[in-house]
Amino acid sequence: MTSAALAERPNGLGKLTAPVTFAGAAWAIADAEARKLARDPTELISRAVQPALWLLVFGEVFTRLHAIPTGSLSYIAFMTPGVLAQSVLFSSIFYGIAIIWERDLGIVHKLLVSPAPRAALVTGKALAASIRGLVQGLIVALLAVMLGVPLRLDPRALLGTVVVVVLGSAVFSTFSLTIACLVKTRERFMGIGQVLTMPLFFASNAIYPIAVMPPWLRAIAWMNPLTYLVDALRTLMIAGGQSSTGLPIDFAVLIGTSVLLVIVAARLLPGIVR
Amino acid sequence: MTARASPADHQLATSDNRIEASSAAPGTGASAVPPMEVAIRTSGLTRRFGDLVAVDRLDLRVRAGSIYGLLGPNGAGKSTTIKILITLLPPSEGTAEVAGLDVVREARAVRHHIGYVSQLLSADGGLTGYENLMLSACLYGIPRRERRARIDEALATMELSDAAHRVVSTYSGGMVRRLEIAQATIHHPAVLILDEPTIGLDPIARRAVWEQMRQARRAGKTTILLTTHDMEEADALCDEVGLITHGRLAAHGTPAALKQTIGPTASLDDVFTRYGDPRDEGGSYRDIRGTRRTAERLG
Repeated sequence: MTSAALAERPNGLGKLTAPVTFAGAAWAIADAEARKLARDPTELISRAVQPALWLLVFGEVFTRLHAIPTGSLSYIAFMTPGVLAQSVLFSSIFYGIAIIWERDLGIVHKLLVSPAPRAALVTGKALAASIRGLVQGLIVALLAVMLGVPLRLDPRALLGTVVVVVLGSAVFSTFSLTIACLVKTRERFMGIGQVLTMPLFFASNAIYPIAVMPPWLRAIAWMNPLTYLVDALRTLMIAGGQSSTGLPIDFAVLIGTSVLLVIVAARLLPGIVR
Repeated sequence: MTARASPADHQLATSDNRIEASSAAPGTGASAVPPMEVAIRTSGLTRRFGDLVAVDRLDLRVRAGSIYGLLGPNGAGKSTTIKILITLLPPSEGTAEVAGLDVVREARAVRHHIGYVSQLLSADGGLTGYENLMLSACLYGIPRRERRARIDEALATMELSDAAHRVVSTYSGGMVRRLEIAQATIHHPAVLILDEPTIGLDPIARRAVWEQMRQARRAGKTTILLTTHDMEEADALCDEVGLITHGRLAAHGTPAALKQTIGPTASLDDVFTRYGDPRDEGGSYRDIRGTRRTAERLG
């Protein structure tokens, strides 16, 4: 029956009941975000400060120390993908607080009242997060070139890096959306966001290899999606970078986690406005 | 609406009967005569939050093509009712139909046929008016080749064509409101639902928004349901009003008929005072914070 009741509306409902495509809705949300970022890139610039500090200060000092065994790679080359993964993590985690903010502004209501599938709304936010992630990637790559890190520049490696950054952004932005839908207020989210991001970063292979970790931390690191993000980036970005798991496993974990989190966040999203 | 017969019920007995009669055909099966006369219908609609009964067996009928005002003190259940009608909150009991579709079972279809303007300022300040409308057009599945024409039409109707490519954060409060109405009507919805559409607007902007709502109704034969605290607005704009207290319909009818029940010189304010209940005074902290913020941004 569905729209039978409206069949006699004069302005031709046929075209209005055209299905909202998943991709169309997701793309529209990401596009709006891109336009806003292009109009006001202040945030992108200020977000470049943190990876710069990690690479220029922490990286340079630890490279001279030779304190961390990184095999054939120099320490700075080893940590470059870790710093990029960290930037992706930190800029994606911001999406949870953004959705709470947009809820308070009534923007989320407007999205949820539309017939667009909820999973498309979440995917749109994940794509929006990837835009930030890719900008971070560009900044980290430029810094790396300045520091003499040997980057892989063949097209397959570049394309692979872009895909991995998009997937990593999707994983952590949807994770952040899920948390936001559960805690619902800005204050609680701020506390939890802090508690989550630092452990995710330190319990990963971002700035030291898993091999040097105590066994309990190693177990946690292997459950941490950030580890797989770093591993894939290390393989694809750095000339001579070695994967410890193999790229297929990295991709499987990142794709699987993002699909799962899109589904979970889509289920939870309507609860944020109740 | 029999047990709680109020004076207004009596006044409206005839029109009510007609609505009942026209909707007797059950809305199932494509062959059934569609109940076009009623755009919004709730039956025994109830919503509880723990021990609190926010909406209590509400029976609402909104005639297709009319402008209906939902009045009532803060915390009376207006916003909860709206959230149920726009499919953002499931009812605890009872049913609600919008444009002949059940808000729970056919939620997705309902969303195709409604437009909603939040009490908050929901247009994105970082985008231009055109970009805000483009986002809505995509979310409502308007085909690519029609989007431009639809957006231009919406901008023209809401008298925003000149400001289309300005960032919304430079708009006045009244312009933002008109843009939001344009966004909510870009898909020509059968029903437009607005939560306190003129809150925080100056009198001139308020009148402009009223005119846009009348325009939206004329253009698309759209049914409009709005909540308001503003009795002047209810009187000037609404064909019918319903007064909600404690989650129930305390009185309903045309503004004129309701005023008649109090006395020949009564205003809607008097009606509000007569049927309203001071115990309803409330509204959650978040609602009030949101409203204040809206007022501030419009300020």
